[in-house]
Amino acid sequence: MTSKINTLKSFSSKFGLLIIAATFAFSFAGICSAQDHHEKINEHADDAADHENMHSEEGEGAPAGWKSWKSDGPGGFIMHHVADGHQMEWAGFQIPLPVMLWTDEGFQCFSSSNFYQEENEAHVHGMEGHAFSMGDEYIMINEVIYYLKENGGIHGIEEKVMKAEEADLLLAEIAILEKEKEKANTNDEKTSLNNEIAALSTEEKQLRKSAIITAPFDISITKNVLGLLLVLFLMVFIFLRVAKRYKKREGQAPKGIQNLFEPLILFVRDDIAVPSIGKQKADKFTPFLLSVFFFIWFANLLGLIPFLVGFNIAGTMSITLVLAVVVFVITTINGNKTYWGHMLAVPGVPKWVLILLTPIEILQMFIKPTVLMIRLTANITAGHIIILAFVSLIFLFGAGSEGAYWGVGAGSAIFMIFMYLIEFLVAFLQAYVFTLLAAIYFGSAVEEAHH
Amino acid sequence: MLNISLGTIIWTTVAFLVVLFILKKMAWKPILEGLKKREESIEGALKAAEDAKEEMAALQSNNEELLNKARAERDLLLKEAKEIKEGIISEAKTNAKLEGDKIVAQARETIKLEKAAAITELKTQVAALAIEVAEKVVKEKLSNDNKQQELVNNLIEEVTLN
Repeated sequence: MTSKINTLKSFSSKFGLLIIAATFAFSFAGICSAQDHHEKINEHADDAADHENMHSEEGEGAPAGWKSWKSDGPGGFIMHHVADGHQMEWAGFQIPLPVMLWTDEGFQCFSSSNFYQEENEAHVHGMEGHAFSMGDEYIMINEVIYYLKENGGIHGIEEKVMKAEEADLLLAEIAILEKEKEKANTNDEKTSLNNEIAALSTEEKQLRKSAIITAPFDISITKNVLGLLLVLFLMVFIFLRVAKRYKKREGQAPKGIQNLFEPLILFVRDDIAVPSIGKQKADKFTPFLLSVFFFIWFANLLGLIPFLVGFNIAGTMSITLVLAVVVFVITTINGNKTYWGHMLAVPGVPKWVLILLTPIEILQMFIKPTVLMIRLTANITAGHIIILAFVSLIFLFGAGSEGAYWGVGAGSAIFMIFMYLIEFLVAFLQAYVFTLLAAIYFGSAVEEAHH
Repeated sequence: MLNISLGTIIWTTVAFLVVLFILKKMAWKPILEGLKKREESIEGALKAAEDAKEEMAALQSNNEELLNKARAERDLLLKEAKEIKEGIISEAKTNAKLEGDKIVAQARETIKLEKAAAITELKTQVAALAIEVAEKVVKEKLSNDNKQQELVNNLIEEVTLN
């Protein structure tokens, strides 16, 4: 029994250190890996000089990130790592994920490895990025899955892209005609121009309709969905254990994993929920605030572990959107008389000002959660982009000479370590900011009128 | 990253809400309740300690008061005892003096009486002696009447009664 307690104790006290140590270990591993890439660049450069044929030398083992560097440069490389995907890349391995599609013929589920194969690589003229076809049924362009057969094959998709371009041209034409119409003097001219515009817009609409590339409804477990599930599983696992401790050791001093999380739970309750909402009403919102806080923080920390498939959970708009919507819904359904009264008619303001103020107040109701969403997404993604940019610098400058490679490599490493430390702060800070602002919105919704 | 994927939204909504529900019911509720209970018990314990301290202080001041009272009482008792003692002594002194005086007076009286008695006795004896002497003288003198007469006269003249 004693030994079990000791193990747990050491587990909790070393848990934080472990994360930090792992991050540093991986960040150095990242630098080493970057060096490998560098060597590959040099090899390839030599090959290119000799054979003028790089493609055949690339081989099957080349990671997809590296391919995006080849096709789109550092920007593509960075975006590839930040964006969501249907597979995970870990230390050069490609781990397939389940693709789940709701198609016209019902539910379909298969491995994403069907897409990411050399022989399935396709080129779709007019569509930027990478395309992988799966037999003749589906095609994935930039991680978006479309029907292939229904759209008339690759050729059909290219035609549709062209049609969309044509429609864009028509729109430009319509805009020119609209300007001419304004300048027209006689009624005859106007009517003829009107007819012309009407004809063009119907044509444009038809083109747009036929330019739609049909796609199945994609509910795949993508990289970030997996990360999300992992974080949520971790939260349930950790906090049920913590809760068990509270039940077992009622009224006693915290111990083990309970001791690790109690300061943070108290921080959210006493420094976020209570000051923003008020002591009486905070209890109702504290569970949600705690959940959101730990969700964002864990997600950010998971995303900071380098080469662990590069989760970008809180930097994915689809996920932060859900968080923002939940905040919006909770704020709205809890809004009391004072809240709505304040929104629809700010007290103590002249009536004519209300005409201006009320729409702004109503707009603000939607802007607040939107800002929450954008701030979180942008901050987390930006952190990832900066670190990846430093990695890219090594590639860019290192391709030139050995000296530049080592110099820039060392400089980038220092900056990356610095950025990592800042990212640790940001990981916590963004979780704090999101939770605090959500708490303030809840507070404004339940605040009683004070006269 | 910035593009919205409906699939991800659906997964997030379902998973997040489920976890929110699970955590709220099974984690946050016992945790927050446990925290509250512990805080209350700590607060209660602190308050009890404070109360005990106050009680202690009250008790101490009570004790002090009691002690002071006892001391005052003791002082009073001592003072009274002293007074009584002095009273007794002075009374004894007066009594003794009175008694002494009385004894002295009695003694004097007795002496006086004794003296008177002694004198009386002396007188009697002297008288007896005188008589004896006189008898003897008389017996001798009376052999000569004139002389007897003369002697008696002289003797009587000589003896003065004080």
